[in-house]
Amino acid sequence: MSEFLQQLINGLSLGAIYALIALGYTMVYGVLRFINFAHSDVFMVGAFIGYYVGRALPLGTVWGGLVSMAAAMAGCAVLGIVIERLVYRPLRGGPTLNVLITAIGMSLFLEYSGQLVFGATPRAFPQIFPSKVMEFHGLIISMNQVIVIVVASVLLLGLEFTVFRTKIGTAMRAVALNPGAAQLVGINIDVVISFTFGLGSALAGAGGVLYALNYPSIDPLMGVVPGLKAFVAAVLGGVGNIPGAALGAMILGMVETFVDGSRWSTYKDAIAFTILIGILLFRPAGLLGRMTSEKV
Amino acid sequence: MNTIRISRTISALAAAAALAASAQDTIPIGEYACLTGKEASLGTSSHQGTLLAVETINAQGGVLGRKLELITEDTQSKPGESGTCVRKLIAREHVVAILGEVASSRSLEAAPICQAARIPMISPGSTNPKVTETGNYIFRVCFIDPFQGPVMAKFALDRLKSRRVAIFSSSTSAYSVGLAKYFKAAFIAGGGQVVAEPKYAEGDKDFNAQLTAIRAAGADAIFSPGYYNEGALIVKQARNLGITVPVFGGDSWEAQDLIDLGGPAIEGAYLCSHYSVDDPSPRVRQFVAAYEGRFGGAVPDSNASLGYDSALVLADAIRRAGTTEHAALRDAIASTRDFDAVTGRITINEKRDASKKAVIVQVRDGRFQFVESVSP
Repeated sequence: MSEFLQQLINGLSLGAIYALIALGYTMVYGVLRFINFAHSDVFMVGAFIGYYVGRALPLGTVWGGLVSMAAAMAGCAVLGIVIERLVYRPLRGGPTLNVLITAIGMSLFLEYSGQLVFGATPRAFPQIFPSKVMEFHGLIISMNQVIVIVVASVLLLGLEFTVFRTKIGTAMRAVALNPGAAQLVGINIDVVISFTFGLGSALAGAGGVLYALNYPSIDPLMGVVPGLKAFVAAVLGGVGNIPGAALGAMILGMVETFVDGSRWSTYKDAIAFTILIGILLFRPAGLLGRMTSEKV
Repeated sequence: MNTIRISRTISALAAAAALAASAQDTIPIGEYACLTGKEASLGTSSHQGTLLAVETINAQGGVLGRKLELITEDTQSKPGESGTCVRKLIAREHVVAILGEVASSRSLEAAPICQAARIPMISPGSTNPKVTETGNYIFRVCFIDPFQGPVMAKFALDRLKSRRVAIFSSSTSAYSVGLAKYFKAAFIAGGGQVVAEPKYAEGDKDFNAQLTAIRAAGADAIFSPGYYNEGALIVKQARNLGITVPVFGGDSWEAQDLIDLGGPAIEGAYLCSHYSVDDPSPRVRQFVAAYEGRFGGAVPDSNASLGYDSALVLADAIRRAGTTEHAALRDAIASTRDFDAVTGRITINEKRDASKKAVIVQVRDGRFQFVESVSP
């Protein structure tokens, strides 16, 4: 029983990080209908911003950790907006495939620029938050896991509030529904899209810091695998659907954790992805995605 | 006009090529190593060791009256790169022999290419037996996993008094898979029991799930054959989960990064090594002093000493062969007997492996400290 609960906590903290990344994918898809493959590298940049800012501040303090995380979120938001402005906006209106391929190019650009700037050797991420291990009847929870789960929950609720309770959120939903009509009723599409990229990238930045905090070895290619998993989580939940992305990420985190903890850990990815394929066979639009027929 | 310019360029190129050929009084030696990426710490060490050896030999006048020229390619710790690196070294640089790699998976990639081109290859630190089984041009200067596995098993049984071990290995590295296999066989033969055998993949960062399973299985020690990057995170996460049993690894844990990444959690961990920097023998002291002098006080780890030895063995073979002709050079390397190297006396056996002692070290006070040495 205690092993089961322990794995539940492990899975929860892994899923929470996947969720933060998956949201960026799903938001951009919701508004622009394309997958921003550079998102996983914005996540990596977030971890590196956290690394540099975190080392400049006193380690092991709550405010130091929060400032590092805020810096990573702000830095990533700016990066996301700049990428959209310089790379994706000139291609808007063209075939989606062009933007998709450009996104892959942008991803490689960030990864290899990262190797040039930061070096390819992994670095030890500093303990920016206070570290503590708590024990309840054989159940062990580290402070880092608590921070990951709490911060991810707060950010998810904040996102939900932004999208459904604020003016800009309403504008985002309007653009997602029908960009042409949104423009006709006076919504500035450029601002909304920039905001979406900024918001998604800020979440990725927070995800990068939390990931690095839990698995403290960072390198310029660190975004590739979690980015792929988060993308899958977004598809599983129904791409374009915000609660769906969070749900998909939780399921993926849990499945991976429980397979890893079993005797079949060699086949972790195979089993996790088989389950995903199974779900998508029965719900092609994802768990919470709406079925829409393609307009011809 | 254009034609004339082109033909001029061609003749200039030809002249340059002729000049290069006449200036070729150096012996080109290829090296491929992971200087960047995940295992950069291992590759940088072996490269610096090799570089030091080449510089030392050249300072003493070179070999056969010619200086050695080391040409190094970076494999970036990535699968698929090693093949490209050695092809380039063979086809473009016309090297007489190749030194590398530390990681068995990457040596296994390059070995068939060297074998097919009949270019002798000496691996400094690949311990998987399959590497030299590739063919008669492939050698190594380190011990192999069928020796290292039982050494660690005996250490766990006798010294750690472990009876219920968990083996936490990587399913995607030839080194880890092989070492886990040989360790398991020897540990069970010695009366021990393997209570859990979870796996991870190279590049994984989250090991909590597997470690939770290990904790539930009630292991009294954890053996994790793999590389230092994952090793440091595994030990850290194990300690966070409240696992206090001894943790020990193989020779690929020996990197300063293990200590840097692992922090206080890694203190007390044991690992297998090829030599100890604390060894009082004059051969080792002289090497350590030279290395520290050349690389700004950096302490040479076992990969540095193996990289050094691989170049020494090659230079010795060229000297004995009296030529850099591939077949003669191969025969000379194969007949290396009782060669006095930093990591012990090297004899290349009929399987083209080096038979020599292993050392067990422990991380104490942020450095690798000698525990015991085990002879074959």
